[in-house]
Amino acid sequence: MRQIKRYLRSRSRIIGSLGQPLLFLLALGYGFGSVFQKAGEGNYLNFLAPGIIGMSIIFTAIFSGIEIIWDRQFGFLKEMMVAPMSRISIMIGRTLGGATVATAQGLIVLLISLLFGFHPYNWVLIIPAIPIMFVVALLFTALGTMIASLLDDMQGFQLIMNFLVMPLFFLSGALFPLQGLPKALSIIAQLDPLSYGIDALRDLLIGLSYYGLGRDILILCTVTLVFLFLGSYFFKKIQI
Amino acid sequence: MIKVKNLTKKFHDFVAVDNISFSVNDGEIFAFLGPNGAGKSTTIKMLTTLLSPTGGAITLNDHDPVREPDIVRRSFGIVFQDPSLDDELTAWENMELHGVLYDVPDKLRKERAEQLLKFVDLWERKNSLVKEFSGGMKRRLEIARGLLHHPKIIFLDEPTLGLDPQTRNHMWAYLKELNKNEGTTIFFTTHYMEEAERIAQRIAIIDHGKIIASGTSADLKSQTKTNSLEEAFLALTGKTIREETANSTDRMRMGRQRWRR
Repeated sequence: MRQIKRYLRSRSRIIGSLGQPLLFLLALGYGFGSVFQKAGEGNYLNFLAPGIIGMSIIFTAIFSGIEIIWDRQFGFLKEMMVAPMSRISIMIGRTLGGATVATAQGLIVLLISLLFGFHPYNWVLIIPAIPIMFVVALLFTALGTMIASLLDDMQGFQLIMNFLVMPLFFLSGALFPLQGLPKALSIIAQLDPLSYGIDALRDLLIGLSYYGLGRDILILCTVTLVFLFLGSYFFKKIQI
Repeated sequence: MIKVKNLTKKFHDFVAVDNISFSVNDGEIFAFLGPNGAGKSTTIKMLTTLLSPTGGAITLNDHDPVREPDIVRRSFGIVFQDPSLDDELTAWENMELHGVLYDVPDKLRKERAEQLLKFVDLWERKNSLVKEFSGGMKRRLEIARGLLHHPKIIFLDEPTLGLDPQTRNHMWAYLKELNKNEGTTIFFTTHYMEEAERIAQRIAIIDHGKIIASGTSADLKSQTKTNSLEEAFLALTGKTIREETANSTDRMRMGRQRWRR
């Protein structure tokens, strides 16, 4: 299973996908900055940065989960499926690999946001933020794997993008504070696992939390386990 | 080496493989022939643990692919009908990855990978990405990869499709040698009858999910009173081009999709 992780990493991966988070960070960060400040909430760029880190993680993570569809299309999945390894370790290996890549992506975005004026309130707390990023990455890679195991063509892919990834991102409080939201939106945000991930990151990086760090971690880990379980269940059922 | 008894596979109400039984001996070269959509690939998928049978029993190298998939997977190599390489990796990396997946010890893996890549004439290109390869090169690489872990049995699903006669001959010469020296059992499907006639020691013909004839190529010819395997094949399976071929595969695909959800 490690081997697969290694393979996933060694794969020539283009990190050109950094463009979008950067655009969000700069355009929104500077664009909404003044409004945010007037509303008395402080520096928007600081508030936004953890959200954008979360965004780049969820995008990369779900995409690497979904790579299974590509592998199916190009036939490589068959090679994996006849290999003498349990389906679970293949799935876990892929997920760990994907999550590692997504975490790296998150770290790069973190570094970039530091360049553009993001100030964490305590530098040491960046270190515990990394495992949180990894758990978030794991969660969404497992989700991606699960979805990809159920789909068998690319057509479903756009659908996932529009109806899953985008809402997960926009409703997670990545872009706005969760305080004082309309009731319906607040309930939806509570159902979105990414909310807790970003909340936890925000707690560690800028000392601002809505749900509380303990609850964030608890929910993140539970949901991750559930998705890993479901992901391996559906992966096991893939027949070619 | 392979024993199959009353094997059946249904996709919903469509019977792809209908109660077939056959066996392949240790060290034998066995050809599995049939028109498109006859059930060849489905049978191979069941033998190689990719599909689970609806009914019947399989033993492969004395183990059951359903109950002991990992032991069975270790004992065979397979070359699929369509490519199954990782395009983003180099030829060498594809070999390496395969070796790691099959737990081949480091030193042996490198030696064997080198030997096989040289054999299929890809040694000079070992550091090129697979996506730059032509169809024939990919096929050769796949054959090399399937042999990397010294399988006791190798499945080849239309391995020579799209290869030029030079490569085809070269490949069969190597496989025959492998069969002679290491006793590797070879199970293959093909649409080239002369290939089956020349290479296989025993042949089974499947049509509409049933085995309609089996034996040596001489048996099949005398059974049908024909002069070549091609004629025997046509005598057994009929001359009509299969209109229902597309249908049955489509149905199979549809059934599979419905079943999967």
